[in-house]
Amino acid sequence: MSTSLPPAHGGRWPSTLPDDPGLALEGLTLAERILSVKAGRRVRAGEVVVVPVDQVMMVDSIAPSALRIVEEELGGVILHPERVSVVVDHVAPASNVEVATTQQRVRGVAREHGLRLFDVGRGICHQVLIEEGLARPGWVVVGSDSHSTTYGAVCAFGTGMGATDIALAMASGRTWLRVPETVQVRLVGARPAGVSAKDVALEIVRRLTADGATYASIEILGAEAFGPGERMTLANLAVEAGAKVGLVAPDAALAERYRVPAWLTVDPDAEVARRIELDLGRLEPVVSVPFQVDNVHPVREHLGVHVDQVFVGTCTNGRLEDLHEVVRVLDGRRVADGTRLLVIPASSQVLQDALADGTIAALVAAGASVGVPGCGPCMGRHMGVLAPGEVCVSTSNRNFMGRMGSPEAHIYLASPAVAAASAAAGVVALPEAATGGAA
Amino acid sequence: MTPPNRVWRFGDAVTTDDMLPGKYAPLMVGEDRFHLHAFAHLRPEFAAEVRAGDMLVGGRNWGLGSSREYAPQALKILGVGAIVARSFARIHYRNLLNLGIPAFTSDALVDALAEGDRVRLELDRGRLLRFAADGAEEALPLPSVPEFLREVLAEGSVLRFYQRHGRFPGEALPD
Repeated sequence: MSTSLPPAHGGRWPSTLPDDPGLALEGLTLAERILSVKAGRRVRAGEVVVVPVDQVMMVDSIAPSALRIVEEELGGVILHPERVSVVVDHVAPASNVEVATTQQRVRGVAREHGLRLFDVGRGICHQVLIEEGLARPGWVVVGSDSHSTTYGAVCAFGTGMGATDIALAMASGRTWLRVPETVQVRLVGARPAGVSAKDVALEIVRRLTADGATYASIEILGAEAFGPGERMTLANLAVEAGAKVGLVAPDAALAERYRVPAWLTVDPDAEVARRIELDLGRLEPVVSVPFQVDNVHPVREHLGVHVDQVFVGTCTNGRLEDLHEVVRVLDGRRVADGTRLLVIPASSQVLQDALADGTIAALVAAGASVGVPGCGPCMGRHMGVLAPGEVCVSTSNRNFMGRMGSPEAHIYLASPAVAAASAAAGVVALPEAATGGAA
Repeated sequence: MTPPNRVWRFGDAVTTDDMLPGKYAPLMVGEDRFHLHAFAHLRPEFAAEVRAGDMLVGGRNWGLGSSREYAPQALKILGVGAIVARSFARIHYRNLLNLGIPAFTSDALVDALAEGDRVRLELDRGRLLRFAADGAEEALPLPSVPEFLREVLAEGSVLRFYQRHGRFPGEALPD
C-alpha cells in the first residue's frame, strides 16, 4: 500500500507511556485502558476522569477564540507549549483581509508561547499530526476539530472539542472526559475489488446511524488488511456516528511504525455495550445522499445524477493512495465537459510524493484543478464553494445543508474511485471494476 | 416579574452548520456580528426575533457535526436561556456546558412543549413554568442532572468552575 505516512527514517515512533503502568487492566476496553493508564487508576465506562493531555491541536478558525480565552480568562499561561500544535488549514491561504489579520495574530501568539506552528500549505491538521508523530498509540490527543477521531487510526484517544475546552487543556495540561462505553465493530471477510475504506466507513455510519454511537468509543477490529491511510479514513468517520473516539485495534502493522505499549491490546473479555459484525464481502460502493451522512445508499441507485463539481481531498480522503485511485480510475480519460474536478492533497508531504511519482501531472492532464494542501471547500469557506442547485460528489465527510456553500446545493459523499468515475462521466458513476455488488 | 419567554421548536438532527453556517465564522477582528446569522438557513427570522431567555426545543442528536463553539456562542450572545432535546451530540454538549447554556435531555419536556409556548425557566426551583393564554400557569419539572453537572451549573460553566477552584469538577486538586 502506497502511503505518505512516515516515520520517513524507516524506524518507529517511540512511546512516552510505561509498558507496565502498575494497574489491573483485565476486562477493560481499549478506551478504558488508555484512560485508566492516563488517570493512574482503573476506570470504567460512565466514570468522569481528568487526565493529562499528550497533545493539543487547534486550527486557524478556532485558535483565535481559544487563545483569547487563555489570555483573558486563564492568566495567559500555557502549561506545556511543546504539547500544543497550531495548524492553519481551514482557510489557507487566507481568503480576505479579515481572515489574514486573524491568522497574523495567531502566528504571533504561537511564536510568543513557543507553540508548534504548521502554516499555510503544510496540510490538514489530522494528516499533519500523524505525519509528524504527534499522535501515538495510547496518547490522549484533543483537537479543536470534530474529526480528531482520526488519531484513533494509530489507537490514540483522539477526540474533538470546542474552543473553551481547548483553552482549558492548554492552560491546565489536562481535560475532563466521561469514560465512554464501547461499540465494537468487527470487520470480517475480504473486500471485493472496488470497495474502499470509505465505503466501509460509510457502511459503519449507516449501520450505527448518526447518533448510534453518541458518547461512545467505536472499537474497530479486523482492520489488519487496511493500510495506515485507510485506517485514518475509518477512524475519521467515527464521529459521524456520534462517537467520541474511533479506535482501530493495534496489530503487527501498527507495531512496525510505532512502539505500542504492551497493555494496549483488545481484551476479548472486555465488557462492551454493543457488538456489530460487518461482512466486507457483501459490501459494494456507496454514496451518502443529502443532507445526512447516515443516508447511505448503493451508488447504483443514484447513477446518472448530473455532477457540477467533484472534490477529492480532506482529512477523510486526500492522501496519496486516494490520488492514485483517482488516476487509476480516470485511466487516461479527461474530466467531462460541464464538470469541474478539484483535487486538494491532504498535506505538503502528499503533494510532494504525488509530484514525484507523476500523479499530479496525470491529474492536471486530465483537467483537474490542484489546490493548496488544506481543507479546501469542505466547510464552505473558500476554494470551491457551491452555487444554488449545484451537485458535488465529494470525498469529504459531511453533506449537511449549506455545508459547502449554498443551502440549495447537494453534496454526495463517496470514495475517491466513485468521485473519479463521476468526474469522467459528468454524472454519478461507478468505476468499471465495481459495477457488481452484493447479489 | 419579567414577561414570559418563547419556545422555539426544531426537529431532529439540528447540526452546528444549521446553527451557524461555516461561512459566517467569527473573525475575532473588530465588531463581529456572526450571531445575527444564527439559523440563517433553517429559520431566517430567528436572530431578529429571539429574546433573551427564550428556550429552544430540539429532537434527537441536537448539535451534531462540527465542533465549532461559535455556533452555541451565537446562541449565547442572542441570550438563549436553555435548550431541551431528546439527545445531544457530545462535542456540542460540552460546548454548552462550557458556555453555561443549560441543556436538558428529556423526552417528556420535548413532548410537552410546543412552538410559541410562553414559558419561564426557574433553574433554582428545578422547574419550567408554562403560561396558558388566560394566564393560568403549569409547572413542568426539569430532569435531574448528575452530580458533575450540578457542580458545573452551580458555577455557571466549566470555565468559571476552573477559574474559581483551579481544578475540574470532581477532580482532586493537582499536586
